[in-house]
Amino acid sequence: MGALEVRNLTKDFVIRNGFKKTSLRAVNDVSFTLEPGKTIAIVGESGSGKSTVARMIAKLETPSSGEILLDGTPSAQRGASLAKYRHDVQMVFQDPFASLNPFHSIRHHLERPLRIHKVARTQKDVDAAVEELLTRVNLTPAKVFAEKRPHEMSGGQRQRVAIARALAPGARFLIADEPVSMLDVSIRLGVLNLLARLQREENLGVLYITHDLATARHFSDEIIVMFRGNIVERGPSDDVILNPQHEYTKLLLSAAPDPKNQGKLRDEVRNELASTATASGEATAVRDRFGTAGL
Amino acid sequence: MSTSTVSARPAGDAGAGPGAIPVLTASNISIEYQVTPVVQAVKDVSLTLHRGEILGLAGESGCGKTTLAYGLNQLLKPPALRTSGEIVLHDKDGHDIDVAALSGNALRAFRWDKVSMVFQGAMNALNPVISIKAQLFDVFDTHRPGMSRKEKTQRSRELLELVGVDPKRLDSYAHELSGGMRQRVMIAMALALNPQVMIMDEPTTALDVVVQRGILREIMRLREQLGFAVIFITHDLPMLLEISDRIAVMLQGEIVELNSAEAIYAAPAHEYTRKLLASFPSLTGERGAFVRAGGDTEDNTGEVA
Repeated sequence: MGALEVRNLTKDFVIRNGFKKTSLRAVNDVSFTLEPGKTIAIVGESGSGKSTVARMIAKLETPSSGEILLDGTPSAQRGASLAKYRHDVQMVFQDPFASLNPFHSIRHHLERPLRIHKVARTQKDVDAAVEELLTRVNLTPAKVFAEKRPHEMSGGQRQRVAIARALAPGARFLIADEPVSMLDVSIRLGVLNLLARLQREENLGVLYITHDLATARHFSDEIIVMFRGNIVERGPSDDVILNPQHEYTKLLLSAAPDPKNQGKLRDEVRNELASTATASGEATAVRDRFGTAGL
Repeated sequence: MSTSTVSARPAGDAGAGPGAIPVLTASNISIEYQVTPVVQAVKDVSLTLHRGEILGLAGESGCGKTTLAYGLNQLLKPPALRTSGEIVLHDKDGHDIDVAALSGNALRAFRWDKVSMVFQGAMNALNPVISIKAQLFDVFDTHRPGMSRKEKTQRSRELLELVGVDPKRLDSYAHELSGGMRQRVMIAMALALNPQVMIMDEPTTALDVVVQRGILREIMRLREQLGFAVIFITHDLPMLLEISDRIAVMLQGEIVELNSAEAIYAAPAHEYTRKLLASFPSLTGERGAFVRAGGDTEDNTGEVA
Protein backbone atom coordinates (compact mmCIF):
# COMPACT_ATOMS: atom_id res chain seq x y z
CA MET A 1 0.00 0.00 0.00
CA GLY A 2 1.12 3.44 -0.86
CA ALA A 3 1.58 6.49 1.26
CA LEU A 4 -0.09 9.85 1.62
CA GLU A 5 2.32 12.47 0.47
CA VAL A 6 2.13 16.21 0.88
CA ARG A 7 4.37 18.30 -1.36
CA ASN A 8 5.09 22.01 -0.93
CA LEU A 9 1.63 22.72 0.39
CA THR A 10 0.87 26.44 0.67
CA LYS A 11 -2.32 28.25 1.61
CA ASP A 12 -3.01 31.95 1.35
CA PHE A 13 -6.13 33.44 2.84
CA VAL A 14 -7.42 36.70 1.45
CA ILE A 15 -8.36 39.22 4.08
CA ARG A 16 -10.73 41.96 2.98
CA ASN A 17 -10.60 45.16 4.88
CA GLY A 18 -12.95 47.59 3.24
CA PHE A 19 -11.66 47.90 -0.30
CA LYS A 20 -8.21 46.78 0.72
CA LYS A 21 -7.28 43.19 0.11
CA THR A 22 -4.34 41.63 1.82
CA SER A 23 -3.34 38.03 1.90
CA LEU A 24 -2.23 35.98 4.82
CA ARG A 25 -0.03 32.99 4.30
CA ALA A 26 -1.45 30.42 6.71
CA VAL A 27 0.67 27.52 5.51
CA ASN A 28 3.98 27.90 3.76
CA ASP A 29 5.69 25.15 1.82
CA VAL A 30 4.82 22.17 3.98
CA SER A 31 5.93 18.71 2.84
CA PHE A 32 5.81 15.33 4.53
CA THR A 33 4.95 11.72 3.83
CA LEU A 34 2.55 9.73 5.94
CA GLU A 35 3.16 6.00 5.64
CA PRO A 36 0.51 3.40 6.50
CA GLY A 37 0.93 2.18 10.05
CA LYS A 38 2.72 5.35 11.14
CA THR A 39 1.61 8.37 13.12
CA ILE A 40 2.84 11.87 12.44
CA ALA A 41 2.03 14.59 14.92
CA ILE A 42 1.84 18.23 13.93
CA VAL A 43 2.22 20.47 16.95
CA GLY A 44 1.98 24.21 17.22
CA GLU A 45 -0.04 26.97 18.81
CA SER A 46 -3.27 28.40 17.51
CA GLY A 47 -2.62 30.25 14.29
CA SER A 48 0.35 28.07 13.41
CA GLY A 49 -1.47 26.63 10.42
CA LYS A 50 -1.65 23.07 11.69
CA SER A 51 -5.41 22.81 11.31
CA THR A 52 -5.26 24.35 7.85
CA VAL A 53 -2.89 21.58 6.80
CA ALA A 54 -5.36 19.03 8.13
CA ARG A 55 -8.26 20.68 6.36
CA MET A 56 -6.39 20.77 3.07
CA ILE A 57 -5.56 17.09 3.30
CA ALA A 58 -9.20 16.34 4.13
CA LYS A 59 -10.13 18.45 1.07
CA LEU A 60 -12.12 20.92 3.08
CA GLU A 61 -9.81 23.67 1.92
CA THR A 62 -8.18 24.12 -1.47
CA PRO A 63 -4.43 24.58 -1.37
CA SER A 64 -3.09 27.75 -3.02
CA SER A 65 -0.24 25.69 -4.37
CA GLY A 66 1.36 22.34 -3.80
CA GLU A 67 0.08 18.83 -4.16
CA ILE A 68 -1.39 16.03 -2.13
CA LEU A 69 -0.47 12.62 -3.54
CA LEU A 70 -2.14 9.38 -2.63
CA ASP A 71 -0.27 6.26 -3.70
CA GLY A 72 1.86 8.48 -5.89
CA THR A 73 -1.00 10.03 -7.86
CA PRO A 74 -2.13 13.63 -7.38
CA SER A 75 -5.55 13.85 -5.75
CA ALA A 76 -8.43 15.73 -7.28
CA GLN A 77 -10.34 18.53 -5.66
CA ARG A 78 -13.76 17.47 -7.00
CA GLY A 79 -15.76 14.84 -8.79
CA ALA A 80 -15.56 11.08 -8.78
CA SER A 81 -11.85 10.97 -8.11
CA LEU A 82 -12.39 13.08 -4.99
CA ALA A 83 -14.93 10.54 -3.79
CA LYS A 84 -12.32 7.86 -4.37
CA TYR A 85 -9.78 9.86 -2.39
CA ARG A 86 -12.24 10.08 0.47
CA HIS A 87 -12.50 6.29 0.62
CA ASP A 88 -8.97 6.37 1.81
CA VAL A 89 -8.57 9.62 3.71
CA GLN A 90 -11.00 10.62 6.44
CA MET A 91 -11.07 13.19 9.18
CA VAL A 92 -11.95 13.16 12.87
CA PHE A 93 -12.94 16.57 14.19
CA GLN A 94 -12.14 18.25 17.46
CA ASP A 95 -15.60 18.63 18.91
CA PRO A 96 -17.59 15.39 19.17
CA PHE A 97 -20.53 17.38 20.51
CA ALA A 98 -20.80 19.35 17.29
CA SER A 99 -19.75 16.75 14.74
CA LEU A 100 -22.58 14.31 15.39
CA ASN A 101 -26.15 15.12 14.47
CA PRO A 102 -28.34 15.13 17.59
CA PHE A 103 -31.41 14.05 15.62
CA HIS A 104 -29.96 10.80 14.39
CA SER A 105 -29.02 7.53 15.99
CA ILE A 106 -25.47 6.26 15.96
CA ARG A 107 -26.60 3.64 13.45
CA HIS A 108 -27.59 6.39 11.04
CA HIS A 109 -24.21 8.10 11.41
CA LEU A 110 -22.42 4.89 10.47
CA GLU A 111 -24.85 3.68 7.81
CA ARG A 112 -24.50 6.76 5.67
CA PRO A 113 -20.78 6.47 4.90
CA LEU A 114 -21.21 2.71 4.40
CA ARG A 115 -23.89 3.28 1.77
CA ILE A 116 -22.40 6.37 0.15
CA HIS A 117 -19.06 4.65 -0.30
CA LYS A 118 -20.80 1.42 -1.29
CA VAL A 119 -18.99 -0.59 1.33
CA ALA A 120 -22.18 -2.47 2.11
CA ARG A 121 -25.29 -2.63 -0.04
CA THR A 122 -27.94 -4.87 1.48
CA GLN A 123 -29.47 -4.00 4.84
CA LYS A 124 -28.02 -7.19 6.26
CA ASP A 125 -24.52 -6.24 5.19
CA VAL A 126 -24.96 -2.71 6.50
CA ASP A 127 -26.15 -3.93 9.89
CA ALA A 128 -23.24 -6.30 10.14
CA ALA A 129 -20.79 -3.56 9.13
CA VAL A 130 -22.21 -1.13 11.71
CA GLU A 131 -21.78 -3.68 14.45
CA GLU A 132 -18.31 -4.50 13.33
CA LEU A 133 -17.33 -0.82 13.31
CA LEU A 134 -18.67 -0.23 16.81
CA THR A 135 -16.84 -3.28 18.06
CA ARG A 136 -13.63 -2.06 16.50
CA VAL A 137 -13.83 1.18 18.49
CA ASN A 138 -14.76 -0.71 21.65
CA LEU A 139 -18.34 0.45 21.90
CA THR A 140 -19.83 -2.82 23.03
CA PRO A 141 -22.45 -4.20 23.11
CA ALA A 142 -22.63 -2.80 19.58
CA LYS A 143 -26.36 -3.48 19.23
CA VAL A 144 -27.13 -1.22 22.19
CA PHE A 145 -24.82 1.60 21.13
CA ALA A 146 -26.12 1.58 17.55
CA GLU A 147 -29.57 2.66 18.72
CA LYS A 148 -28.35 5.46 20.99
CA ARG A 149 -28.38 9.10 20.11
CA PRO A 150 -25.41 11.38 20.66
CA HIS A 151 -26.83 13.01 23.80
CA GLU A 152 -26.97 9.66 25.53
CA MET A 153 -23.22 9.23 25.26
CA SER A 154 -20.22 10.77 26.94
CA GLY A 155 -17.67 12.84 25.05
CA GLY A 156 -15.27 9.92 24.81
CA GLN A 157 -17.92 7.63 23.44
CA ARG A 158 -18.97 10.21 20.89
CA GLN A 159 -15.42 10.62 19.73
CA ARG A 160 -15.26 6.84 19.30
CA VAL A 161 -18.33 7.07 17.09
CA ALA A 162 -16.60 9.80 15.09
CA ILE A 163 -13.61 7.52 14.65
CA ALA A 164 -15.85 4.62 13.61
CA ARG A 165 -17.54 6.89 11.09
CA ALA A 166 -14.17 7.86 9.66
CA LEU A 167 -13.24 4.19 9.36
CA ALA A 168 -16.53 3.26 7.70
CA PRO A 169 -15.52 3.98 4.09
CA GLY A 170 -12.46 1.82 4.64
CA ALA A 171 -10.10 4.70 5.31
CA ARG A 172 -6.41 3.96 5.35
CA PHE A 173 -5.45 7.39 6.58
CA LEU A 174 -7.03 9.28 9.43
CA ILE A 175 -6.62 13.01 9.95
CA ALA A 176 -7.33 13.68 13.61
CA ASP A 177 -7.56 17.38 14.43
CA GLU A 178 -7.20 17.77 18.21
CA PRO A 179 -9.27 14.61 18.75
CA VAL A 180 -9.07 14.68 22.53
CA SER A 181 -8.74 18.32 23.52
CA MET A 182 -12.47 18.64 24.24
CA LEU A 183 -12.60 15.46 26.29
CA ASP A 184 -12.23 15.01 30.01
CA VAL A 185 -8.69 14.23 30.98
CA SER A 186 -9.33 10.79 32.38
CA ILE A 187 -10.81 9.50 29.11
CA ARG A 188 -8.32 11.10 26.74
CA LEU A 189 -5.82 8.29 26.96
CA GLY A 190 -8.50 5.73 26.15
CA VAL A 191 -9.30 7.46 22.86
CA LEU A 192 -5.63 7.93 22.02
CA ASN A 193 -4.92 4.31 22.83
CA LEU A 194 -7.73 3.35 20.49
CA LEU A 195 -6.10 5.33 17.68
CA ALA A 196 -2.76 3.74 18.53
CA ARG A 197 -4.26 0.27 18.40
CA LEU A 198 -5.94 0.89 15.05
CA GLN A 199 -2.71 2.27 13.69
CA ARG A 200 -0.79 -0.76 14.90
CA GLU A 201 -3.26 -3.54 14.15
CA GLU A 202 -4.92 -2.23 11.04
CA ASN A 203 -1.97 -0.46 9.52
CA LEU A 204 -3.70 2.88 9.66
CA GLY A 205 -1.76 6.06 8.91
CA VAL A 206 -2.66 8.76 11.44
CA LEU A 207 -2.00 12.46 11.21
CA TYR A 208 -2.38 13.71 14.78
CA ILE A 209 -2.85 17.46 15.04
CA THR A 210 -2.38 18.71 18.58
CA HIS A 211 -0.97 21.37 20.83
CA ASP A 212 -0.13 18.84 23.50
CA LEU A 213 3.54 17.94 23.25
CA ALA A 214 3.40 15.10 25.73
CA THR A 215 0.77 13.06 23.92
CA ALA A 216 2.38 13.93 20.59
CA ARG A 217 5.57 12.37 21.82
CA HIS A 218 3.96 9.23 23.16
CA PHE A 219 1.57 8.57 20.32
CA SER A 220 3.54 9.40 17.24
CA ASP A 221 6.58 8.25 15.37
CA GLU A 222 7.43 11.63 13.97
CA ILE A 223 6.75 15.17 15.17
CA ILE A 224 6.48 18.24 12.99
CA VAL A 225 6.59 21.57 14.81
CA MET A 226 4.84 24.42 13.03
CA PHE A 227 5.15 28.12 13.71
CA ARG A 228 3.27 30.71 11.69
CA GLY A 229 2.70 28.42 8.75
CA ASN A 230 6.24 27.13 8.55
CA ILE A 231 7.74 23.87 9.68
CA VAL A 232 10.44 24.92 12.12
CA GLU A 233 11.48 21.49 13.29
CA ARG A 234 10.76 17.87 12.48
CA GLY A 235 12.11 14.48 13.34
CA PRO A 236 11.55 11.28 15.31
CA SER A 237 9.36 12.23 18.25
CA ASP A 238 11.88 11.48 20.97
CA ASP A 239 14.55 13.56 19.26
CA VAL A 240 12.27 16.56 18.92
CA ILE A 241 11.04 16.46 22.50
CA LEU A 242 14.16 15.38 24.33
CA ASN A 243 16.66 17.19 22.19
CA PRO A 244 14.93 20.16 20.59
CA GLN A 245 17.03 22.18 18.17
CA HIS A 246 14.85 25.09 17.23
CA GLU A 247 14.32 27.89 19.71
CA TYR A 248 10.57 27.86 19.22
CA THR A 249 10.38 24.16 20.07
CA LYS A 250 12.42 24.86 23.18
CA LEU A 251 10.03 27.66 24.12
CA LEU A 252 7.01 25.40 23.64
CA LEU A 253 8.62 22.70 25.73
CA SER A 254 9.54 25.07 28.52
CA ALA A 255 5.96 26.34 28.64
CA ALA A 256 4.38 22.89 28.96
CA PRO A 257 3.40 22.16 32.55
CA ASP A 258 5.53 19.52 34.18
CA PRO A 259 4.67 18.34 37.69
CA LYS A 260 8.34 17.73 38.27
CA ASN A 261 8.88 21.48 38.30
CA GLN A 262 7.03 21.89 41.56
CA GLY A 263 7.49 25.36 42.98
CA LYS A 264 9.95 26.24 40.25
CA LEU A 265 7.83 29.01 38.81
CA ARG A 266 7.25 30.41 42.31
CA ASP A 267 10.96 30.41 43.04
CA GLU A 268 11.75 31.93 39.69
CA VAL A 269 9.27 34.73 40.29
CA ARG A 270 10.62 35.28 43.80
CA ASN A 271 14.17 35.48 42.56
CA GLU A 272 13.15 37.80 39.81
CA LEU A 273 11.41 40.09 42.25
CA ALA A 274 14.28 39.87 44.69
CA SER A 275 16.89 40.81 42.16
CA THR A 276 14.56 43.65 41.09
CA ALA A 277 15.85 43.08 37.61
CA THR A 278 12.24 43.17 36.52
CA ALA A 279 13.42 43.33 32.95
CA SER A 280 12.19 40.14 31.42
CA GLY A 281 14.12 36.94 31.55
CA GLU A 282 15.26 34.76 28.75
CA ALA A 283 11.85 33.31 28.00
CA THR A 284 10.43 36.76 27.33
CA ALA A 285 13.31 37.52 25.04
CA VAL A 286 12.56 34.47 22.93
CA ARG A 287 8.87 35.29 23.04
CA ASP A 288 9.62 38.79 21.83
CA ARG A 289 11.66 37.49 18.99
CA PHE A 290 8.77 35.30 17.93
CA GLY A 291 6.39 38.16 18.36
CA THR A 292 4.02 36.46 20.75
CA ALA A 293 4.67 38.89 23.58
CA GLY A 294 1.54 40.43 24.91
CA LEU A 295 -0.65 37.89 23.18
CA MET B 1 -7.19 11.79 52.88
CA SER B 2 -3.80 12.49 54.33
CA THR B 3 -2.76 10.37 57.23
CA SER B 4 0.32 12.38 58.12
CA THR B 5 -1.47 15.50 59.32
CA VAL B 6 -2.38 15.95 62.92
CA SER B 7 -5.95 14.96 63.57
CA ALA B 8 -6.68 18.09 65.61
CA ARG B 9 -6.77 20.09 62.40
CA PRO B 10 -10.08 20.86 60.75
CA ALA B 11 -10.86 18.68 57.76
CA GLY B 12 -10.28 21.37 55.16
CA ASP B 13 -6.84 22.16 56.45
CA ALA B 14 -4.92 19.06 55.39
CA GLY B 15 -1.44 19.65 54.07
CA ALA B 16 -1.12 23.25 55.24
CA GLY B 17 2.20 24.40 56.59
CA PRO B 18 2.57 25.40 60.22
CA GLY B 19 1.76 29.02 60.96
CA ALA B 20 -0.52 29.41 57.95
CA ILE B 21 -3.20 32.02 58.68
CA PRO B 22 -6.63 31.17 57.31
CA VAL B 23 -8.40 33.78 55.22
CA LEU B 24 -11.44 31.81 54.11
CA THR B 25 -12.96 28.87 55.90
CA ALA B 26 -15.72 26.88 54.33
CA SER B 27 -17.15 24.02 56.30
CA ASN B 28 -19.59 21.28 55.37
CA ILE B 29 -20.86 22.97 52.23
CA SER B 30 -23.57 21.14 50.36
CA ILE B 31 -25.14 22.51 47.23
CA GLU B 32 -27.95 21.03 45.23
CA TYR B 33 -29.64 21.83 41.98
CA GLN B 34 -33.31 21.68 42.79
CA VAL B 35 -34.51 20.12 39.62
CA THR B 36 -36.21 16.77 39.30
CA PRO B 37 -34.49 14.63 40.28
CA VAL B 38 -32.46 16.79 42.66
CA VAL B 39 -28.77 16.89 41.78
CA GLN B 40 -26.32 16.92 44.66
CA ALA B 41 -23.59 19.00 43.03
CA VAL B 42 -21.45 19.57 46.11
CA LYS B 43 -21.51 17.19 49.04
CA ASP B 44 -20.30 18.22 52.47
CA VAL B 45 -17.13 19.97 51.36
CA SER B 46 -14.77 21.65 53.81
CA LEU B 47 -11.94 23.89 52.71
CA THR B 48 -9.58 26.31 54.40
CA LEU B 49 -7.74 28.87 52.35
CA HIS B 50 -4.72 30.58 53.89
CA ARG B 51 -3.29 34.02 53.28
CA GLY B 52 -1.12 34.20 50.19
CA GLU B 53 -1.79 30.60 49.30
CA ILE B 54 -2.62 29.09 45.93
CA LEU B 55 -5.12 26.32 46.46
CA GLY B 56 -5.72 24.20 43.40
CA LEU B 57 -9.13 22.69 42.84
CA ALA B 58 -8.83 19.85 40.37
CA GLY B 59 -11.59 17.84 38.81
CA GLU B 60 -13.31 16.99 35.57
CA SER B 61 -16.42 18.43 34.04
CA GLY B 62 -19.46 17.90 36.18
CA CYS B 63 -17.57 17.31 39.42
CA GLY B 64 -18.98 20.45 41.02
CA LYS B 65 -15.88 22.59 41.14
CA THR B 66 -17.44 25.63 39.51
CA THR B 67 -20.61 25.23 41.58
CA LEU B 68 -18.48 25.20 44.72
CA ALA B 69 -16.67 28.36 43.62
CA TYR B 70 -19.96 30.11 42.99
CA GLY B 71 -21.15 28.94 46.38
CA LEU B 72 -18.13 30.46 48.13
CA ASN B 73 -18.95 33.80 46.54
CA GLN B 74 -22.72 33.63 47.11
CA LEU B 75 -23.25 33.68 43.38
CA LEU B 76 -25.58 30.71 43.12
CA LYS B 77 -28.82 31.28 41.32
CA PRO B 78 -31.89 29.06 41.49
CA PRO B 79 -32.27 26.18 40.92
CA ALA B 80 -28.89 25.94 42.66
CA LEU B 81 -29.15 26.24 46.42
CA ARG B 82 -26.69 25.89 49.25
CA THR B 83 -28.45 23.57 51.63
CA SER B 84 -25.89 23.57 54.40
CA GLY B 85 -22.50 24.84 55.40
CA GLU B 86 -20.74 27.89 56.71
CA ILE B 87 -18.44 30.27 54.90
CA VAL B 88 -16.36 32.64 56.98
CA LEU B 89 -13.93 35.22 55.68
CA HIS B 90 -11.29 36.25 58.18
CA ASP B 91 -10.84 39.88 57.20
CA LYS B 92 -7.47 41.63 57.28
CA ASP B 93 -8.62 43.95 60.05
CA GLY B 94 -9.45 41.03 62.32
CA HIS B 95 -13.19 40.80 61.74
CA ASP B 96 -14.83 37.57 60.73
CA ILE B 97 -17.45 37.93 58.04
CA ASP B 98 -20.15 35.32 57.81
CA VAL B 99 -20.44 35.19 54.04
CA ALA B 100 -23.35 32.81 54.07
CA ALA B 101 -25.49 35.32 55.97
CA LEU B 102 -24.80 38.26 53.66
CA SER B 103 -27.47 39.57 51.36
CA GLY B 104 -28.53 42.72 49.56
CA ASN B 105 -26.22 45.69 49.84
CA ALA B 106 -23.89 44.05 52.33
CA LEU B 107 -23.33 41.20 49.91
CA ARG B 108 -22.81 43.59 47.03
CA ALA B 109 -20.21 45.49 49.02
CA PHE B 110 -18.50 42.26 50.02
CA ARG B 111 -18.19 40.77 46.58
CA TRP B 112 -15.23 41.90 44.53
CA ASP B 113 -13.95 43.93 47.46
CA LYS B 114 -12.94 40.93 49.58
CA VAL B 115 -13.36 38.05 47.19
CA SER B 116 -13.14 38.55 43.45
CA MET B 117 -13.47 36.11 40.64
CA VAL B 118 -12.00 35.47 37.23
CA PHE B 119 -14.75 33.65 35.42
CA GLN B 120 -14.55 30.65 33.20
CA GLY B 121 -14.37 31.58 29.56
CA ALA B 122 -12.98 34.97 30.50
CA MET B 123 -12.35 35.29 26.80
CA ASN B 124 -16.04 36.08 26.45
CA ALA B 125 -16.73 37.56 29.86
CA LEU B 126 -15.97 41.14 28.87
CA ASN B 127 -18.76 43.38 27.68
CA PRO B 128 -18.28 43.77 23.91
CA VAL B 129 -20.05 47.12 23.55
CA ILE B 130 -18.28 49.23 26.15
CA SER B 131 -14.57 49.97 26.43
CA ILE B 132 -12.19 48.35 28.87
CA LYS B 133 -12.02 51.67 30.68
CA ALA B 134 -15.77 51.87 31.16
CA GLN B 135 -15.79 48.37 32.59
CA LEU B 136 -13.02 49.11 35.05
CA PHE B 137 -14.73 52.37 36.02
CA ASP B 138 -17.85 50.36 36.70
CA VAL B 139 -16.06 48.56 39.51
CA PHE B 140 -14.94 51.83 41.10
CA ASP B 141 -18.32 53.49 40.66
CA THR B 142 -19.97 50.67 42.54
CA HIS B 143 -17.45 50.13 45.31
CA ARG B 144 -15.55 53.40 45.66
CA PRO B 145 -18.13 56.07 44.87
CA GLY B 146 -15.90 58.79 46.23
CA MET B 147 -13.19 58.39 43.63
CA SER B 148 -12.65 61.22 41.20
CA ARG B 149 -12.41 60.62 37.49
CA LYS B 150 -8.71 61.34 37.59
CA GLU B 151 -8.12 58.82 40.36
CA LYS B 152 -10.11 56.21 38.51
CA THR B 153 -8.12 56.71 35.33
CA GLN B 154 -4.91 56.63 37.32
CA ARG B 155 -5.84 53.39 39.07
CA SER B 156 -7.05 51.78 35.83
CA ARG B 157 -3.76 52.54 34.13
CA GLU B 158 -1.90 51.15 37.11
CA LEU B 159 -3.91 47.94 36.98
CA LEU B 160 -3.27 47.34 33.30
CA GLU B 161 0.42 47.94 33.84
CA LEU B 162 0.34 45.49 36.71
CA VAL B 163 -0.92 42.69 34.49
CA GLY B 164 1.35 43.56 31.59
CA VAL B 165 -1.07 45.26 29.23
CA ASP B 166 -0.21 48.60 27.68
CA PRO B 167 -2.34 51.28 29.44
CA LYS B 168 -3.03 52.75 26.01
CA ARG B 169 -5.42 49.84 25.62
CA LEU B 170 -7.83 51.39 28.13
CA ASP B 171 -9.95 52.79 25.33
CA SER B 172 -9.99 49.51 23.41
CA TYR B 173 -12.94 47.21 23.15
CA ALA B 174 -12.80 43.50 23.91
CA HIS B 175 -12.70 42.40 20.28
CA GLU B 176 -9.59 44.48 19.69
CA LEU B 177 -7.63 42.45 22.21
CA SER B 178 -6.11 39.01 21.80
CA GLY B 179 -7.25 36.15 24.01
CA GLY B 180 -4.31 36.47 26.37
CA MET B 181 -4.81 40.20 26.70
CA ARG B 182 -8.50 39.79 27.48
CA GLN B 183 -7.54 37.31 30.13
CA ARG B 184 -5.08 39.77 31.61
CA VAL B 185 -7.72 42.51 31.61
CA MET B 186 -10.04 40.16 33.48
CA ILE B 187 -7.35 39.59 36.05
CA ALA B 188 -6.74 43.35 36.30
CA MET B 189 -10.43 43.80 36.95
CA ALA B 190 -10.40 41.17 39.64
CA LEU B 191 -7.44 42.94 41.26
CA ALA B 192 -9.08 46.37 41.11
CA LEU B 193 -10.12 46.55 44.76
CA ASN B 194 -7.18 44.66 46.22
CA PRO B 195 -9.18 41.60 47.23
CA GLN B 196 -7.89 39.15 49.78
CA VAL B 197 -9.12 36.16 47.85
CA MET B 198 -9.29 35.60 44.12
CA ILE B 199 -11.20 32.68 42.69
CA MET B 200 -9.97 31.75 39.24
CA ASP B 201 -12.16 29.40 37.28
CA GLU B 202 -10.18 27.83 34.42
CA PRO B 203 -8.39 31.12 33.72
CA THR B 204 -6.04 29.72 31.11
CA THR B 205 -7.95 26.84 29.54
CA ALA B 206 -8.52 28.35 26.12
CA LEU B 207 -5.01 29.74 25.79
CA ASP B 208 -1.89 28.45 24.11
CA VAL B 209 0.80 27.03 26.33
CA VAL B 210 3.22 29.89 25.85
CA VAL B 211 0.57 32.50 26.62
CA GLN B 212 -0.66 30.37 29.51
CA ARG B 213 2.80 30.30 30.98
CA GLY B 214 2.96 34.10 30.76
CA ILE B 215 -0.33 34.46 32.62
CA LEU B 216 0.63 31.94 35.29
CA ARG B 217 3.86 33.81 35.83
CA GLU B 218 1.87 37.01 36.15
CA ILE B 219 -0.45 35.48 38.73
CA MET B 220 2.51 34.17 40.74
CA ARG B 221 4.24 37.56 40.61
CA LEU B 222 1.12 39.49 41.64
CA ARG B 223 0.55 37.11 44.48
CA GLU B 224 4.08 37.70 45.75
CA GLN B 225 3.63 41.45 45.46
CA LEU B 226 0.07 41.82 46.73
CA GLY B 227 -0.31 38.79 48.96
CA PHE B 228 -3.78 37.65 47.98
CA ALA B 229 -4.86 34.04 48.18
CA VAL B 230 -6.00 32.16 45.10
CA ILE B 231 -8.41 29.32 44.52
CA PHE B 232 -7.34 28.00 41.15
CA ILE B 233 -9.86 25.78 39.42
CA THR B 234 -8.79 23.61 36.51
CA HIS B 235 -8.72 20.07 35.21
CA ASP B 236 -5.05 20.35 34.41
CA LEU B 237 -3.43 18.56 37.33
CA PRO B 238 0.19 18.83 36.13
CA MET B 239 -0.22 22.59 35.95
CA LEU B 240 -1.69 22.71 39.44
CA LEU B 241 1.15 20.58 40.77
CA GLU B 242 3.55 23.11 39.39
CA ILE B 243 1.96 26.26 40.76
CA SER B 244 -0.16 25.46 43.82
CA ASP B 245 0.73 25.11 47.46
CA ARG B 246 -2.12 22.74 48.19
CA ILE B 247 -4.47 20.80 45.96
CA ALA B 248 -7.99 19.56 46.46
CA VAL B 249 -9.19 16.85 44.11
CA MET B 250 -12.92 16.76 43.49
CA LEU B 251 -14.96 13.84 42.24
CA GLN B 252 -18.73 13.83 41.95
CA GLY B 253 -19.24 16.68 44.38
CA GLU B 254 -16.83 15.53 47.02
CA ILE B 255 -13.29 16.44 47.82
CA VAL B 256 -11.66 13.05 47.73
CA GLU B 257 -8.18 14.24 48.54
CA LEU B 258 -6.73 17.44 49.96
CA ASN B 259 -3.06 17.83 50.63
CA SER B 260 0.07 19.75 49.80
CA ALA B 261 1.11 19.63 46.16
CA GLU B 262 4.26 17.72 47.10
CA ALA B 263 2.28 15.04 48.92
CA ILE B 264 -0.27 14.70 46.12
CA TYR B 265 2.50 14.24 43.60
CA ALA B 266 4.69 11.95 45.68
CA ALA B 267 2.01 9.85 47.33
CA PRO B 268 -1.50 10.28 45.96
CA ALA B 269 -3.78 8.58 48.44
CA HIS B 270 -7.01 8.32 46.49
CA GLU B 271 -7.44 6.08 43.50
CA TYR B 272 -9.02 8.86 41.45
CA THR B 273 -6.05 11.16 42.07
CA ARG B 274 -3.75 8.43 40.82
CA LYS B 275 -5.94 8.03 37.78
CA LEU B 276 -5.89 11.75 37.05
CA LEU B 277 -2.13 11.84 37.43
CA ALA B 278 -1.76 8.89 35.09
CA SER B 279 -3.94 10.65 32.51
CA PHE B 280 -1.16 13.06 31.74
CA PRO B 281 1.75 11.44 30.00
CA SER B 282 5.09 12.75 31.13
CA LEU B 283 6.84 14.95 28.65
CA THR B 284 10.29 13.70 29.37
CA GLY B 285 9.72 10.38 31.09
CA GLU B 286 10.21 6.96 29.56
CA ARG B 287 8.51 6.66 26.21
CA GLY B 288 5.44 4.55 25.95
CA ALA B 289 5.60 3.62 29.61
CA PHE B 290 2.00 4.56 30.14
CA VAL B 291 0.63 3.95 26.68
CA ARG B 292 -0.96 0.62 26.10
CA ALA B 293 -0.79 0.02 29.80
CA GLY B 294 -4.28 1.32 30.42
CA GLY B 295 -5.91 -0.37 27.46
CA ASP B 296 -8.38 1.51 25.36
CA THR B 297 -11.75 0.72 26.81
CA GLU B 298 -13.95 3.38 28.24
CA ASP B 299 -13.82 3.69 31.96
CA ASN B 300 -16.67 5.49 33.57
CA THR B 301 -15.04 6.88 36.68
CA GLY B 302 -15.72 10.54 36.95
CA GLU B 303 -17.40 10.68 33.61
CA VAL B 304 -20.77 12.22 32.98
CA ALA B 305 -22.81 10.78 30.20
